[in-house]
Amino acid sequence: MNPDKPKMGFFETIANIDRRVIFLFVGFAVIIPVLLSFSCREEATPIVQSIFDKIESLPEGSKVLMSFDYGPSTVPEVQPMVDAFLRHCCEKNLKIYMMALWGTGHNLISESMEDIIKEEFPHKVYGLDYVNLGFKAGQQGLINVILTDLKKMYTTDALGSEIDAVPMMVDIRNLKSFDLILSMGGGFPGIKEWVLFGGDPGNIPVAGGATAVSAPLLYPYYPRQLLGLLGGIKGAAEYESALIKGYPKFKTYSHPGIDMMGPQTVAHIVIVLFIVIGNITFFMGRKKEEEEKREGGALK
Amino acid sequence: MRKDLVWLFGGVLFFGLLYLLNWGVKAISTDLLVWIGAFLSLAILSFLYQDNPFYKFAEHLFVGVSAAYWMCMGFWNTLVPNLIAKLHPPIVKGVLPAIAEKPPEYWYIIPAALGIMFLMRLSPKAPWISRWALAFIVGTTTGLNLVRYLRSDFVGQIKSTLIPVIVVENGSLSVGGSFSNIVIVLGVLCGLIYFFFSKEHKGIFGVASRVGIYILMITFGASFGYTVMARISLLVGRMQFLFGDWMGLLQ
Repeated sequence: MNPDKPKMGFFETIANIDRRVIFLFVGFAVIIPVLLSFSCREEATPIVQSIFDKIESLPEGSKVLMSFDYGPSTVPEVQPMVDAFLRHCCEKNLKIYMMALWGTGHNLISESMEDIIKEEFPHKVYGLDYVNLGFKAGQQGLINVILTDLKKMYTTDALGSEIDAVPMMVDIRNLKSFDLILSMGGGFPGIKEWVLFGGDPGNIPVAGGATAVSAPLLYPYYPRQLLGLLGGIKGAAEYESALIKGYPKFKTYSHPGIDMMGPQTVAHIVIVLFIVIGNITFFMGRKKEEEEKREGGALK
Repeated sequence: MRKDLVWLFGGVLFFGLLYLLNWGVKAISTDLLVWIGAFLSLAILSFLYQDNPFYKFAEHLFVGVSAAYWMCMGFWNTLVPNLIAKLHPPIVKGVLPAIAEKPPEYWYIIPAALGIMFLMRLSPKAPWISRWALAFIVGTTTGLNLVRYLRSDFVGQIKSTLIPVIVVENGSLSVGGSFSNIVIVLGVLCGLIYFFFSKEHKGIFGVASRVGIYILMITFGASFGYTVMARISLLVGRMQFLFGDWMGLLQ
């Protein structure tokens, strides 16, 4: 230890703390609840419940368009929403049309079909109960075209079959043929584009789920232009809880949204504590500086 | 290799051995892809300690794989079905047999020409040609967005703000609904006043402007909170992968 080095007080030590110590605390705040499988009880808020109620109110055979507008980087947040929507739509015997505005969404559709529809609902038939339309480039321009003519852009499904050879595509003309549009998004193009270019001009109900980063920008559209919104993993967890409440059999299924809320809660508490400590340190430091200035002035 | 890096990866090795000794090898994944995923996850997370060659390797690999993925997607999902199949359908018989018999649509030569003009940016002699294609994109996108944004973001949002400040539900006053609507109306008005600089922010106007900035602060705080939630979700996702899919410690 260097005896010439002035001893730092508690608040000075905190102010100069290595950022890696904070990472370590946040890491433990996440790892420990994950290992202990700590989770919290969730209740659906009105903005989430409204989507659940809408899907509940749709009669059997109604057409739901699901747009996979996200990529692998946001899978932990968005995939739980997709899984919950797919389970709910399959349980209600709705016809599911899957497409992607993001190139990365293409593979995620295939994964979701394998993991949820084929595994949990093996009686569902491709082309009759669900279809994969794949990715098409064009972003909001694509929505603008399919608003009036879907088959102009989609001449085949993702597997290369002619679009009219897919039974559930025969009576589809444009976006107005759908009873509900669900967009699961992580940015541009996403829910906002579906509202602006599909929902509003076509008067079609639009709802969906968004990453927590983009969710605050979408709340102004609720409830007039956006039927409901799952904001981040909290929204996914709320939807899963609503699904379990409505269909208790789903309690035994995987519910990653609810599972993630335990680590989320603990990590948030740790971050809030750090923010409080950081603010106290900042104000203490400022007070000390002012005192030193005053003392310096008095000496002069 | 630097001393701290030896410590870092020595630590990983230590915990790995500890795991093998304590929990047994049965639970750990035998899937090679999971092991590659775990290695890359740890390599990226090692950046939290400090920059190192493992992180650099994972980062460069990610950039390379992403570029290749988008190139393949661009070719097979855009160029082939949207251009090649339209100009000469028989050529795509092997990949898109359903549309191989359709008649060619020669007007697709125009977008093809615009695409080639775009690539002229790479030419040292005539890069200006790319500006024509760019001008076309800017023009159409502006036209497309202007109408929709004006309708939904401008008029639509004004409509959403014109709401009753006294909400009556089932014949009685809804305190919560009324409070919520008052916050929306006042929040919008005060936020707008804050950005109105043609009048000095004094008196009532100054108070409203002050409320406006508080509303903005709360909005930024909410956005920050949501961002934290998003980032923690990604971390939880990775930890579930590492401790669940890879190490098999989670049920």
